[in-house]
Amino acid sequence: MDTVKLKINGVEVEAPKDATILEAARLANIEIPTLCYLKDINAIGACRVCVVEVKGARATCAACMYPVAEGMEVFTNTPKIRKARKSTIELLLSNHRKDCLSCVRSQNCELQQLSKEYGCDEHKYSEETKVPQIVDVNEVLIRDNSKCVLCRRCSAVCKANQGCAVIGPNERGYDSHIAPAFDLPLEKVACIRCGQCITVCPTGALREKDDTEKVWAALADPKKHVVVGTAPAVRAQLGEEFGYPIGTNVEGKMVAALRALGFDGVFDVDTAADLTIMEEGTELLQRLSSGGTLPLITSCSPGWIKYCEHYYPEFIDNLSTCKSPQQMFGAMMKSYYAEKKGINPEDIYVVTVMPCTAKKFEIHRDHEASVNGLPDVDVTITTREFARMIKKSGIMFDKLPKDATFDPMFGVASGAAHIFGATGGVMEAALRTVAEIVTGKPLEKLDFNDVRGTKGIKEATYDLAGTKVRVAVASGTKNAAILLDSIKEGKAQYEFVEIMACPGGCVNGGGQPQQPGSVRNFTDIRAERAKALYSEDEAMTLRKSHENPVIKEVYDTFLGKPGSHKAHELLHTKYTARPKY
Amino acid sequence: MAKRKTEVPFNGTKEQEERLKAVIEEHKHVEGALMPVLQEAQEIYGYLPMEVQIMIAEGLGLSLSEVYGVVTFYGQFSLNPKGKYKVNVCLGTACYVKGSGEILERLQQTLGIEAGGITKDGKFSLDATRCVGACGLAPVMIVNDDVYGRIVPDDVPKILAKYA
Repeated sequence: MDTVKLKINGVEVEAPKDATILEAARLANIEIPTLCYLKDINAIGACRVCVVEVKGARATCAACMYPVAEGMEVFTNTPKIRKARKSTIELLLSNHRKDCLSCVRSQNCELQQLSKEYGCDEHKYSEETKVPQIVDVNEVLIRDNSKCVLCRRCSAVCKANQGCAVIGPNERGYDSHIAPAFDLPLEKVACIRCGQCITVCPTGALREKDDTEKVWAALADPKKHVVVGTAPAVRAQLGEEFGYPIGTNVEGKMVAALRALGFDGVFDVDTAADLTIMEEGTELLQRLSSGGTLPLITSCSPGWIKYCEHYYPEFIDNLSTCKSPQQMFGAMMKSYYAEKKGINPEDIYVVTVMPCTAKKFEIHRDHEASVNGLPDVDVTITTREFARMIKKSGIMFDKLPKDATFDPMFGVASGAAHIFGATGGVMEAALRTVAEIVTGKPLEKLDFNDVRGTKGIKEATYDLAGTKVRVAVASGTKNAAILLDSIKEGKAQYEFVEIMACPGGCVNGGGQPQQPGSVRNFTDIRAERAKALYSEDEAMTLRKSHENPVIKEVYDTFLGKPGSHKAHELLHTKYTARPKY
Repeated sequence: MAKRKTEVPFNGTKEQEERLKAVIEEHKHVEGALMPVLQEAQEIYGYLPMEVQIMIAEGLGLSLSEVYGVVTFYGQFSLNPKGKYKVNVCLGTACYVKGSGEILERLQQTLGIEAGGITKDGKFSLDATRCVGACGLAPVMIVNDDVYGRIVPDDVPKILAKYA
């Protein structure tokens, strides 16, 4: 690698030739504050918080974009720089709606953090504070431009990672604001509800719609039997909200917290993920043998499903008819669980905790209802909302036992189900089961390494007892579009494709804890978070969905066999094309 | 000034669409194609309604939001067609100090539209302009080719009545 030598604050640094000053400073253990910058997504030098002095340069330079050069001398901490940064932040604060005492992002707000660090006077230019400007409220998210700093991270991620670009800067000057075209509400545009915009927003301008009050109300209602299920990726990220390092698996504490909150049943949506594999694996084998529509494309990610319906309706027949694990979980609670426990399904209230905002959309997909016309899932909350409930309830998370276990009736899951939360996980889980069904003998090696990792598009070919199965995995809907285009143009052929809406899969979902730019820009949080899931899988003896004793019991005593009529009624769904405009 | 869309039905012709398609085809492989395409589209249609912006977005492989962002950034692009009677109010320095701001305000009230807009029946469009060079007549408003000078807000209804 070609390098150059430069001096930062008098210290000599050797940095890659194509590095920016920001990156080079990091090599010298010097942190330069940023606000609008997001590595690989948004490098526009707009906010001017990262300004530094470069010897010989006419003006201060934006470190996030300015390339290093041989012999360059950079100063990141001069009186001039500190003053410039402070003024910039104070100007951002001048019309910011500063309800910081109760703002959902308080203590996790990058603007607040910067203001504190630079000792800003938030009233210095304060002539006219924006009034609440809530411009978008739907069942999934809330956009409030009175807290927007116009950093454009949201619109950049919507375009660069998700290929949607449904929001962007409109107008100019004082009138500039982020909104969809023609200032339409998000409901009227092809927004897939992935929530990536929320995870990158540095302030409280974008947030999920908080549904925790519904959960509190259900828990307080003696007539309701309230059950809860958690998605694979929640246990791998919840710890971040309580100060644990990224990639810490807190499954036991999470289960203990749910029990302490008073849920009547604490279950694992991972069990439903194993069920998904049984149904989806069967569907794949049927399509392979009967000449059905191929490639079969996974349907676990509701953001991806909505993307397909808006942008690639020609692939709707390729989608697996399997409901997502969340919806299967709900359907099983109101049928199997209700029957075994002798509870009227009407009295069961199903709550799920998801790494996802699109799940809030998914529970309202009208045709999902299956048991007595009841919704499969009554309310779903994100990892962030769940953490807020724990904090509000006075549960001391770090003091909870770390070995609490799910209620066994629907709380045993395979390692295959755990890895659902990372890109390639569903593919690997399915391959483990499908390979054994086809070959009739146990796999020698359970790890399908080709489909692991955070690369946007992954491909592999496997030989299953003479049947060649070509697979592809994409995460981030922008990558999905690239993959689907190559299939459409006949450049690539596959039998089985996994697509997740969020880059890296659910571990980087729109409902996950928000990590600031200062972490995101220097850590691959997708890879770090996924490690928690793969290490859990590796430590297990039960690593294949079809060996899960709960799943065997479910089929033996209730569903019959995978793909049965009853399974279809409860666990499968259909899709509809949606307009793009 | 923020651009506001008013509700005038779109009635583009097949011929206009063909012309726009040819323009898109000509530019689509060039980097930075959006600006010239928008300019030519405005030549063809006289303005850039949603229907036209969608055709451009589809043709250039952009999202509607990206197209709209550029349209609303530049003053040269209009979201509204021009009316049968184009009303312009000069907001140049001389007219402004002579009260053309109040003239504009009265026009907005009377017509029920903001500057940059068009009445629902498509009859009047209203724009604020820079100096029109008739400072001696300040304040000035112009309807198509008719210039009205040294006016007061109360003249506005009388002038508009001539075109009703």
